[in-house]
Amino acid sequence: MTEHVRAVHPEPNMVQLLTPEGQRVEHPDYPLDITDDEIAALYRDLVLVRRIDSEAIALQRQGELGLWASLLGQEAAQIGSGRALKRHDMAFPTYREHGVAWCRDVDALTLLGLYRGTNLGGWDPLANNFNLYTIVIGAQTLHATGYAMGVVRDGAVGTGDPERDTAVLAFFGDGASSQGDVNEAFVWAGAGNLPIVFFCQNNQWAISEPVERQSRVPLFQRAAGFGFPGVRVDGNDVLACLAVTRKHLDNARNAQGPSLIEAFTYRMNPHTTNDDPRRYRALSEAETWKLKDPIERVRAYLTREARVEPEFFAAVEAESLEMAEYVRAGCRAIPDPTPESVFDNVYVDLPDELREQREEFASFVKSVSA
Amino acid sequence: MSDISSANPAVSSAPLGGPVTMARALNEGLRQAMEDDPKVVIMGEDVGRLGGVFRITDGLQKDFGEDRVIDTPLAESAIIGTAVGLALRGYRPVCEIQFDGFVFPGFDQIVSQVAKIHNRAAGLVRMPITIRIPFGGGIGAIEHHSESPETYFAHTPGLRVVSCSSPSDAYWMIQEAIASDDPVVFFEPKRQYHAAKLPIEPAGTPLDQARVVRPGRDVTVVAYGPTVATALTAAETLKVDGVEAEVIDLRSMSPLDMPTLLDSVRRTGRMVIVHEAPQSFGIGSEIAARVTEQAFYSLEAPVLRVTGFDTPYPPSRLEHDWLPNLDRLLDAVDRIMEF
Ligand SMILES: Cc1ncc(C[n+]2csc(CCOP(=O)(O)OP(=O)(O)O)c2C)c(N)n1
Repeated sequence: MTEHVRAVHPEPNMVQLLTPEGQRVEHPDYPLDITDDEIAALYRDLVLVRRIDSEAIALQRQGELGLWASLLGQEAAQIGSGRALKRHDMAFPTYREHGVAWCRDVDALTLLGLYRGTNLGGWDPLANNFNLYTIVIGAQTLHATGYAMGVVRDGAVGTGDPERDTAVLAFFGDGASSQGDVNEAFVWAGAGNLPIVFFCQNNQWAISEPVERQSRVPLFQRAAGFGFPGVRVDGNDVLACLAVTRKHLDNARNAQGPSLIEAFTYRMNPHTTNDDPRRYRALSEAETWKLKDPIERVRAYLTREARVEPEFFAAVEAESLEMAEYVRAGCRAIPDPTPESVFDNVYVDLPDELREQREEFASFVKSVSA
Repeated sequence: MSDISSANPAVSSAPLGGPVTMARALNEGLRQAMEDDPKVVIMGEDVGRLGGVFRITDGLQKDFGEDRVIDTPLAESAIIGTAVGLALRGYRPVCEIQFDGFVFPGFDQIVSQVAKIHNRAAGLVRMPITIRIPFGGGIGAIEHHSESPETYFAHTPGLRVVSCSSPSDAYWMIQEAIASDDPVVFFEPKRQYHAAKLPIEPAGTPLDQARVVRPGRDVTVVAYGPTVATALTAAETLKVDGVEAEVIDLRSMSPLDMPTLLDSVRRTGRMVIVHEAPQSFGIGSEIAARVTEQAFYSLEAPVLRVTGFDTPYPPSRLEHDWLPNLDRLLDAVDRIMEF
């Protein structure tokens, strides 16, 4: 393909706490009090979610999944923000937040049904305070805004009780930032001073469209027009993502209103397993971003600065192999639903006319398979 | 009855050489429309550099430039809403909605604006906007990628709603849609995009005419878009049992070509309508009602509908049972013949 010369927004002062080389740096607004053990735990998170992701891609190639939307390159943005949540906070993902799901203790296999085609999601959003994946881009930002309205009505902000004060974290992409829904969510959150953090993973691409198609200004700057703070964070730096999200979630819980976080990152893989990025972007781009890998820098820090023993990395690797096996075997074992189940949960109480359709359908399916 | 002869005279220009897929036919039809009229602009998500996720606009940005093939910001309401403004300014926008299930953020602009502006302006302005929507299921996709939302649009006065079922129709109909001074919602059966290579006929059929694609005397099977192929296969199978099915490709869901439908059902006395959209309040329901009103004494049996069920589109592992497949269509024809 022809090399596409891109006008990338000049990088403003993006919050970074761990350089690509693995050096800890400080930021005056976002101090992070974290032990090396805690950083090691983040490393484990990053490795395991990358493993889940690469297994899912393999399963798609083998025909076990119909599709997969890979998080490769975005692990730090998702683990950093996901680990900033408290149990009683609520997260609203897109379709790519497998790393956030992991932080919410959602079993990896739970995510697979939708991509395998055995269900449309099918998990209880309130069981782990992790909403269903939402495929219509941007729609979930309004759901998150409404949830935050509920939080305020319930008096669960600004009480000073850390067990009670609640924040909402809404994920969306750079492409979705153009949708009316997202902008309406900003308006409502701003006007209502709602306890919500909008977390935009700017992975530079919306399928084939570079972020410059969506915006004339860096995305985080849009927040100003809606009346709340916006900040850009190095989305490949798990520590910075953790610190920045933690602080803004705290602000939300303390009744200081919404914020927008733009995690500056890169979608290393195709948009989904259906996509062919060679048609629209230069491979050299990914090569450059590889040098900013979210996992390598943590490993470099742990090895050089924290002097973590090789046994630790070996143990994480062993666990990652187990995870791979778990995902592989578990995916293949997900049963197909029965045909009649298409009538389940269309309504709380199945209307009689649908009951009749179901019966006809069931007996027809039986008659042709007999 | 509707006067179908006056609207949309078939566009005529040299068709392509050899057989092509429907995807290629649409691409060439769009290309031809852009060459014929410099006011035609294409807009949508990923339509430019990528050529669309289905590659229907492949190469058009390269050949016509970024001004005429526009990769828009990701907002369907804006894709349609700005098309209205462009139309006011004399352009003929062709909007691509990436998948059926993503038209709804633009629904308000379509039904409250695009459909009504000509009427609101007492006929003084026209809205020559084409809205292309890949639709239908059977491709193993996730939610929102397999739906058949045509009824919502057919229920909206002011919109023409059509679907192609063959490469030749795709080639001609897309040009007719773009040439139409009414807004056209153009449904493309995505499962057929690459199904077969077929020749392009020397001329098209007017946009709002149905077509008998296989004559027969015993039963009329009405289909459009992806179900035309199912209906033709069924007709082949039925022939073995001595049942001659007449297959009508509806082509236009709104307006309906009642003369063609009535002429057929008056001869066969039986009609089965097959579409992927859910059954209730669907295109099939409207046709059944009109046939009952206008050809009651010709009917040997109630009009039957073979459709998707009245549920959300199911997870892909169940879609082949849920869709109006060959078995279900044959079963319906058996029932109507035995009535
Ligand atoms: C309303 C709507 N329109 C179109 C699509 C098709 N689509 C799916 S993902 C996508 C690109 C989204 O890009 P971005 O928001 O940057 O998120 P990313 O996929 O890069 O994580 C598009 C156009 C959709 N899902 N929803």
